[in-house]
This record gives sequence, structure tokens and C-alpha cells, in this order.
Amino acid sequence: MQNHLKWVVAIALITALVAVGGMSCTSEEEEMETYKVGAVFSLTGPASHLGVPEGQTVEMIVDQINANGGINGHPLEVIIYDTETNAEKCATMVNRLIEQDNVLAIIGPTTSGNSLAIIDTITAAEIPLISCAASTLIVQPVEERYWVFKTPQTDKQAVTEIYTYLEAQGITEIAIITDTSGFGAAGRDILIADAADYGITILDDQNFTSGDTSMQSQLTHIKGTNPEAVICWATDKESAIVAVDMQTLQMDTPLFCSHGIANMGFITGAGDAANGVIFPAGKLLIINNVPASDPQKEVLTQYKADFEALGEGTVSTFGGHAWDALNFAIIALEEMEEGLDTAEARAFIRDEIEQIEGFVGISGVFTMSPADHLGMMPGSLAMIEIVDGEWTWLQ
Amino acid sequence: MSADQFVQYLVSGLTQGSIYALVGLGFTIIYAVTRIINFAQGEFVMLGGMLSFTLAISAGLHLVPALLLSVLIATAMGAIMYLLAIRTAKRASAVSLIILTIGAAIFIRGIAGELWGVDFVRPPFFTGSESISFLGAYIHPQALWIIGTTIVVTILLHLFLSYTMVGKALKACAISPRAAGLVGIDAKAMALIAFAIAAALGAIGGVVMAPLTLTAYNVGVMLGLKGFVAASIGGFKSPLATVVGGIVLGIVESLAVGVDWGPFTSAYKDAIALVVLLLILILRSGRLAAEERES
Repeated sequence: MQNHLKWVVAIALITALVAVGGMSCTSEEEEMETYKVGAVFSLTGPASHLGVPEGQTVEMIVDQINANGGINGHPLEVIIYDTETNAEKCATMVNRLIEQDNVLAIIGPTTSGNSLAIIDTITAAEIPLISCAASTLIVQPVEERYWVFKTPQTDKQAVTEIYTYLEAQGITEIAIITDTSGFGAAGRDILIADAADYGITILDDQNFTSGDTSMQSQLTHIKGTNPEAVICWATDKESAIVAVDMQTLQMDTPLFCSHGIANMGFITGAGDAANGVIFPAGKLLIINNVPASDPQKEVLTQYKADFEALGEGTVSTFGGHAWDALNFAIIALEEMEEGLDTAEARAFIRDEIEQIEGFVGISGVFTMSPADHLGMMPGSLAMIEIVDGEWTWLQ
Repeated sequence: MSADQFVQYLVSGLTQGSIYALVGLGFTIIYAVTRIINFAQGEFVMLGGMLSFTLAISAGLHLVPALLLSVLIATAMGAIMYLLAIRTAKRASAVSLIILTIGAAIFIRGIAGELWGVDFVRPPFFTGSESISFLGAYIHPQALWIIGTTIVVTILLHLFLSYTMVGKALKACAISPRAAGLVGIDAKAMALIAFAIAAALGAIGGVVMAPLTLTAYNVGVMLGLKGFVAASIGGFKSPLATVVGGIVLGIVESLAVGVDWGPFTSAYKDAIALVVLLLILILRSGRLAAEERES
């Protein structure tokens, strides 16, 4: 009995010691400095349907990282501010992140306009920015974009994808119909500039304004030129009107759209007329069609499952832009040594992001270099056709 | 331009013109009775469309009651807007009241954005989406509804203004507010009725066009502008003149796309409305000033 008691006491003591030791370990971790990253998204305003899933995605990742012990023991905190999709508000919030919150890197903003408006501030403050917006100008000319990176595919990549597809189909005569807003006008310029490289002639070049309620007149003009395909470059609402008007005019010319229609809103808005529309977009939309051999299959499946478990609706490619952006920052933070001051840490993160190689993200596979601050590898975009109201991959 | 194309431009222009006319009618009624230009008119078009979507799709009502209820709610909101925003500022000049309507428009749009979110929606088509062939052109069945509604609304409005007591009183206010007051017509009551009718007209336009044009919290701005131009062409005087103004604008815009005047491509289509507006304002400036002195 005596012996037994000794053992019990000994075991109890050891357990207590381990527990105390464990506790002291935990408290040491809590003392480790929190890594602070800033984020500016369009949580309200015209681009809020893009910014809201971005914010949700970032909060989801932060919870996951901290639940798994943080980054090398450092807790991660992302301070998210709303830009209201307003360039001035965005600039104010970016200044606050840099000056008051002392963040190590900034992700966002959601829109190209907001991103371009803060590049000078970012560059002067010497802090890395990872934008979630489309325009090529955000990362070019790269000499003037030393501190700036971005994650979404560019208009040019989307145009290349469509033209490559048309070339393979032997289609050479097309018509284009574009929105006069920033997004449509940028697409139009690239469509016109690149056509000759693929042996494509643009027979008709029509425009409309955001907010127009009918594109029938422009499509009547296009119909008269007998193109083999029509390309529409606009956001989802106007693209849906184009699709419906083409159906009304009984045009059976195939309609190609931009990646701007990569959401269910286009399908519900255009109804039957959505069927047969082809557009380039990230593989997230057609994840079920992606073969297991695809490098992105696992990451995409996991992100979709994680996001939809939040109960905030279906996953969108836009949240994926923020997933990629925050992960760039996390990859850099994982490599960071202890004891750097804020300026050194910001410079270190920038250098690390520029060296990212073969990173499998949501929008694609990324390999950065000093000459390429997007680094998205070919094959990241899929051509998607809407069949019976569902996205299907055209391989 | 082939003959078929010409007919198609006319048909498409007529459809668009009918939309502009429906929006413009509301401007005319309110201006005629109160000398206020109601810049919130486009918002009632938006409310009609968004409410019809909510009631018919989200709430699952049958289409006819959904449409009627949408127009009714928007009408009530037009009256409330008058009572809260316009009547309370009774001593204000017409210009101040016009600025108030701009404020009301921003307010309504903001609330709608919060309530419905920023995504666009499409209420159901009334009678399918199979387009109908007509003299070598095609027309969407919903476009026939739009054109038909414009015709019916214009006739009903004309009958109302010419043959009912309230209608005649409204007309009297339009001709001379002072004389109407002298014979015992309550100008405030007439203004309230004018705002309610304008909101109803806007909402009718909204519910009938939304399935074809799609709708969202912010469609009122552009539609309001086009309706304003339609009413300006018609001189803000009679409903019929406004309808003609809207249809002329729609057809001119549509044909401009087909004609290809040198560098003037379809990029300038919307500029036409603004150029027409400027011309009218320049041509009419003398007369408008005279009216201002009179009232």
C-alpha cells in the first residue's frame, strides 16, 4: 500500500509539473509579438459584392492560423478597414494602417481604381501591398511598382484565353461590344491590340454605357456585319442584357464574355439566354470538373469547403483573390527572423514575396520575379461554358 | 442599313422610347402642378421593379397581385415623400424644393441599397421570352407589354385629366395656380395627388420594364435622366407631348447607332440625350424665364 501511495504521489507531482511547464510554455507564446497585417476592402459601396467575400475569407484564414498556433508561434492579426469603394476613404484607411496600426503589409484594395490611387502612398511608406484588383497597371511598369503585387488574373490574360480558344476553333471574324466604363474600355483596348496576333479581324466595334437598358441597336448593327463570334466586355448586369438582347434578335452567333460574369447573378439575370455563353475564369467555379491531377484541385476543394462551412453563401473567385493575397503575406512571415524592426520587417516581406515560386493558390499557380509582380502561370484560367444554367469546363 | 435592320432599329427605339416616356410622365405631372422638377422620379421606377421582384420571387406571390402591390407601395411612398420632404418646407423656393428632391432620391437609393443589397435582379417575364417576328425585325414579348402599357397609361391619364373633377382641378393648377386657388382648389392637396400619381406612373414603368432591362438599387439615376429629357422635349406640358418626346428620343438614339456618322460610333449614343437636352434648354431658356416670372 505504502509503495502504491508513493507512486500515486509521484505521478501526481509529475503531472502537475508537466502541466505547470506546459502552462509556462503557453504563456511564453502569448508574449510573442503579434504579427499585424492590414487589409482594405470594399465592404460597402458599388464593389461590395466583391469586397464582402474578401473580408470573410481573410477572417476565416486568421482564425485557422491562430487555432493552429499562429505563425512560428506568433499570433496573426489582420486589421480590416472598409474603403466604401471610395478612393479617398481608401487612402485615409491605408495611412491609418501604416502610421497608427504599424502593420507589416497591406492586402487589398478590392478595385483597380482604389488600388491605383494608393500606390504612391505605399511606395513612399515602403510597405508591401498585395492588391486584389484586376488592372495590369497595378503592377506595371514594374520599376515603379517595387512595393506592389497583385493576385487576380489580368484583363490581358482573359483576352489571351479567349483569343487562343477562337484560334483553335478557326474563328477569324468577330465583333466586339464593350462598356465605356473603366473595365470595359480597358478590355476593348486589349481586344483591339491583340486581335492581329491571333489572325482575328474585328468587323464591328460597338459600345454602350453602364446603366443602359438595351443593347439591341448595337447588336442589330453587329448582326449586319455577320461575325462568327461576339465578344462582350462588361460587368455582369450589362452582359446579361446583351445575352438577352441577342436571344431576342435571334442571333445564333456564339457570345463570349469577360471574367466579369463569373457569378451566379449573370445566370439568373440572363435566364435561358445565359446558356451557351463562354467566358474565361478561375477554376474555382468548375471545381467538380477539375481532375485530381490538377495542382490546384486540393487547394480549391479545401477553400470551397471551408468557405461554405461559414454559412455565408457560395464561394466566389473574388474571395479567392484575398485568400491568395493573405497567403503571400503569411509565406513571407513564416520565413521572418525574430527581432526585426517594422521597416526591416516590411522590406523583408517584400523581398520574400518577390521570391515566391510555384505557390498553388486559388486564382492560379504563382511564381514571382523582380520583373513580374503577378506571377500567374499559364493554365490558371479555364474556359467555361454555361450549359443548362451550370458552369462547365471547355477543355 | 438594310430594310430589315431599319425596322429593327425602329422597333428597338420604340421600346426604349416607351420606357423613357413612362419615366418622363411623372416629371411632367409634378412640374405642371407644382413647378417642381422631381429628381427622385427615377427612384420610383427602381422601387417598382425591385418591389415586384421581392413580392413575386422572394415572397412567392402570384404575378398580378405582386405587380399591383408594388405599384401601390411605391405610390404610397411618393405621397409620403411629398408630405415629409416637400410640404414641410412650404416657404422654400422651387429651386430649394428641387434640391430637396435630389436629397430624397439619394436617401431612397441608400435605403434600397441597404435593403436589397447591390446585386441586380430580374423579376419574371409576364408572358415568356420567345421573341416575335415582325416585318423582318424581332420584338421581345415583354417589349410589347412596355409599349402597350405606355399607350394605355397615356390614354387613361388623358381621360383622367379631362373628364374627372380631380383631373380638371390638377389641370387648373397647371394652367394658373393663383386662379385655381381663387376658385377654391386646394393647391396642397393637388400637389399631394400629383406626387402620388407620378410615383405610381414611375412604378408602373418599373414593374413592366424590369424583367427586360433588369433592375438594381441604382437604376433610377440613368432612367431618371432619360425621363427628364423626354419630359423636356415635351415641354413639361402635356402627357401626350412627353410620350412623343420619349419615343423620339428612343428612336433617335437607336437610329444613331445604325447610321454610323463618321467618328460618331455607338459610344456617343447616350450623348445624344444630353445634346438634345442642351439644345432644348437653350431654345427654351427665354420662355422658361418668362414662366418663372409669371409664377
